Amino acid sequence: MAKIVVDVMLKPEILDPQGNAVASALPRLGFTFAKSVRQGKRFEIEIDGEPTAAQLAEVEKAAEILLSNPVIENFVVRVEK
Amino acid sequence: MRVGVITFPGTLDDRDAARAVVAGGAEAVSLWHGDADLKSVDAVVLPGGFSYGDYLRCGAISRFAPVMQSVIEVANKGMPVLGICNGFQVLCESHLLPGALTRNSDLHFLCRDQEIEVINNQTAWTNSFKQGEKIVIPLKNGEGSFQCDDQTLLVLEGEGRVVARYVGENPNGSRNLIAGITNAKGNVVGLCRTQNMPSMS
Repeated sequence: MAKIVVDVMLKPEILDPQGNAVASALPRLGFTFAKSVRQGKRFEIEIDGEPTAAQLAEVEKAAEILLSNPVIENFVVRVEK
Repeated sequence: MRVGVITFPGTLDDRDAARAVVAGGAEAVSLWHGDADLKSVDAVVLPGGFSYGDYLRCGAISRFAPVMQSVIEVANKGMPVLGICNGFQVLCESHLLPGALTRNSDLHFLCRDQEIEVINNQTAWTNSFKQGEKIVIPLKNGEGSFQCDDQTLLVLEGEGRVVARYVGENPNGSRNLIAGITNAKGNVVGLCRTQNMPSMS
């Protein structure tokens, strides 16, 4: 069994109010390391066996059509062992 | 005239929209998300609410509902389609309108009266307003911040496709105070929110 991970992030130029809220909450808790925070989504997709190139291409397609909105988001597909 | 009002799972304002259709002098026809049949309507309204619980992204799941395949087809042929609030989000996700609606800049769910100015009164849905007319609408959403890339914004502004703008302080971080836009043909319109549609062409 393998796990395919799709990370979806807002494009850098799109305002991320949730990330900003997290960034401003951190120093209130004494964490001063963050210059900025961006918040995204992670999808974990389990499949039987090792993924084939065709399956990964399908996931890429699904990520483009459904998992992300290409108008405001970028995505990365990777396989996790 | 028969105006269809779509109900998705989680739609809230379908009855409101149907009432507005009747107030506008048309017959309101209920359309169901799972049924691709548009029942010979002359126009379609996608009302507000939280279709599919706003899961994934607002409007993202609704886009693939059977009824939307029919709506996308007729909208591309010129049928008037109005998306209000969540309906606006569905139209953006369906790529019938450019851009996207994202989380309000201050993260607050807004529910208040908001003044907007009608910028384009040439669309199928705004042609009874005067240009520059200011109307008060109930703004009611958590993800109403209109975002698009610079090029899209230039096209929208350059082609007069901004239908309405917020008056006063920007309530949600929408680019250029945009409260509503239309497609190039002017038959598809998305509005942050509207209470009554005085007329439909």
